[in-house]
Amino acid sequence: MKVSYYPGCTLKTKAKNLEDAAVASMAALGVDFEELTRWNCCGAVHSLADDDLIHQVAPVRDLVRAMEQGSDKVVTLCSMCYNTLARANLLMRQDEVKRKTINDFMNEEKDYHGEVEVLHFLNFLRDQVGWDTVRNAVKVPLNGLKVAMYYGCTLMRPRNVAIEPIGDTRIMGEFLEAIGAAPVDFPEATTCCGSYQILANPEAAHDVSGRILESAIRAGAEAMVLSCPLCEFNLSKKQPEVLKKNKISREVPVYYFTQLLAMALGLGQEACRFDLNSECSVELLKNKNFPV
Amino acid sequence: MSHHHDSKEPKQKKKVQVATGDRAILPEGATTIPVYIMGKRYEVPETLTIMKAMEYAGFKFLRGAGCRGGICGACPTVYRKPGDYKLHFGLACQTVVEPDMYLAQIPFYPANRAAYKIEDLEPNPEIIFSLYPELFRCVACNNCTKACPMGVDVLGYISALKQGDIARAAEISFDCIQCGMCASRCMGELPQYHIAQLARRMYGRAIMPRARHLAKRVEEIESGKYDEMLKSLQTMSHGELEKRYKEREREPDMAPNGTWLPANDPYL
Ligand code: SF4
Ligand code: SF4
Ligand code: SF4
Ligand code: FES
Repeated sequence: MKVSYYPGCTLKTKAKNLEDAAVASMAALGVDFEELTRWNCCGAVHSLADDDLIHQVAPVRDLVRAMEQGSDKVVTLCSMCYNTLARANLLMRQDEVKRKTINDFMNEEKDYHGEVEVLHFLNFLRDQVGWDTVRNAVKVPLNGLKVAMYYGCTLMRPRNVAIEPIGDTRIMGEFLEAIGAAPVDFPEATTCCGSYQILANPEAAHDVSGRILESAIRAGAEAMVLSCPLCEFNLSKKQPEVLKKNKISREVPVYYFTQLLAMALGLGQEACRFDLNSECSVELLKNKNFPV
Repeated sequence: MSHHHDSKEPKQKKKVQVATGDRAILPEGATTIPVYIMGKRYEVPETLTIMKAMEYAGFKFLRGAGCRGGICGACPTVYRKPGDYKLHFGLACQTVVEPDMYLAQIPFYPANRAAYKIEDLEPNPEIIFSLYPELFRCVACNNCTKACPMGVDVLGYISALKQGDIARAAEISFDCIQCGMCASRCMGELPQYHIAQLARRMYGRAIMPRARHLAKRVEEIESGKYDEMLKSLQTMSHGELEKRYKEREREPDMAPNGTWLPANDPYL
C-alpha cells in the first residue's frame, strides 16, 4: 500500500524549510513519498467541544483524500497537522454515531471509517524507513552538535495520539543519534511553547518560551530541534523578545529536525533552506564547519 | 391545465416563435409541466430553460438576466425537487425546467470585496491574506463546491490560496462567473469568488508567462505598420472588397496543422 504525504498550509507558506528539507531527504533516501494531489487545511486545532462536529470535517476530508489515493498511511511533518488528523481519525474509528453524522454531512465523499493510519514523519522514519537506512545514508555526520530535543505539546498529547508514550520518549534521540548528533534531553522538552497565546497574550507566551530556552541552555544544548511551525515561531522568530523579557543572555539556534536530516544526508542549501532560519542558527553551523 | 397538441386537433392560434430575446420558443406539441416559482405554481412548457419558463409565466427580468448564454453569472437559481432533500443550483438561462421543481432566482448575493489597485500589488499570497483575512475562516465544509453552477472546485481554490498557490487558485477558478452562489452557502462567510478574482488578476498581471509574439504585434501596430493597409480597406469600393473577399487565400479544410502558409504575407 502507498504512503501519502499531507503537507499542511504553513509548510507551503511560512515553513518551507520544514517541508523542502523533508521532501529532498525522502528523495535522497529513495523513499516513495507522494504528496496528496488535493488537500485542504486541516484546521490546525482539534475542537474539544463534543458537539462541534463541523471542525472535524476538514481533517476527515483529508483522510478521505488519502484513502482515495489508495494509501493506507498518511504522513505529516507539522506536529499540529499530525495532532488534528490523528484525533479526527480516532473519532472516526471509535465513535459510531459521530462517524455517521460526519459521513452523512459529507455525502459527496466516500464514507470513511478510519481506514487510513496517520503517522508523524518521525515515526515514519523509524518504522518505515528505519534508523539503519538513515545512518547508512549519512554523508555529513553532525558530530559534536549538542541538540535539545523539543517535542512540544501536540506530538505528545493527548496520550491516545502521542507519537510515543509520554515520559518514555526516545524517538527524537534515536533520530539525532542516527544522523550523528548528540541529543540533549531537558526538563521542559514537552512544555507548551505558548501556542496561539502569542497573539492574544504575548507576554505569557514569552514567559513559557523563556523557560524552555533557559532549560535547554542549562542542560548543555547548543541548539534545538522541533517539528512545528508554531513552536518555531514562538521559540525562534520571537526569540529576541523572549530573551529580552527573560533576561537570557545567549541565543539558541533553532532548526526543524528535517533540516538537520537533509544536512546530514549531504543535501545542498535548496534542500536545507537555512536561509529561512535565524542568523545565529546559520552561524553555529558555520562555526562547526558544517556545509552551509 | 396542461394541454397537448395532437395532429387531429385544430391548430391553435399560431404563436410567434422567435429565436432571440425574451420570447419562449415552443416546440410544436410541447406539453406543460407545473413548476413553483417562489412558492407559486405555474404551468410552463417543458423543454424551456428556467429563464424562459419564468418569462412565459409572466416575469420580466430587470436584473437576473444578462448574456442568456451561461457566461455572465447574472441568473443563478436555487431549486429543490420533490422527495429530495438536496439543494440544487443552476443558471436559469442554462437549466431546463423539471416537473414540480421549487425554484427562486438569486441574482445578487452580498459579498465584501476588498478595494485595491492591482497595479500596485505584488503577486504575494500575504497580500491576499491581508485583503481577505476571512480566508482562514474556511472549515472545508465544501458547501461552496456543491453550490457552484459552473462545477468549479471552490474548496479547491480556497485551499490553494491558503497554501499560498496563486497560480493554482487562478487555474482552478478559471470557470468562475462570479455568480455568488458559493458565498451564499459559506459556513465561514467568505466572499470566495472575489478572492479568486484577485488571485486571477495577480496571476494574469504578474505570474503568467508573457506572450512575446503579442508584444511584438502590439509594437508593430503602434509603429503604424498596418495603418496604410487599413486605410486602403476603409476607402475601398464595395465591389473591390467583394472581389478581394472571394479571391482571398484560404487554408485547405483538411490541411495538417502548420503545413499551410499564405503566399501573401507582408503583414504576418
Ligand atoms: S495545522 Fe497549520 S500547517 Fe497544518 S494544515 Fe493546518 S494551518 Fe496548515
Ligand atoms: S465559484 Fe462561486 S461565484 Fe464562481 S461560479 Fe461558482 S458559485 Fe458562482
Ligand atoms: S463554503 Fe466556505 S467554509 Fe465551506 S468549504 Fe467553502 S469556503 Fe470553506
Ligand atoms: S444570463 Fe448570463 S449566465 Fe445566465
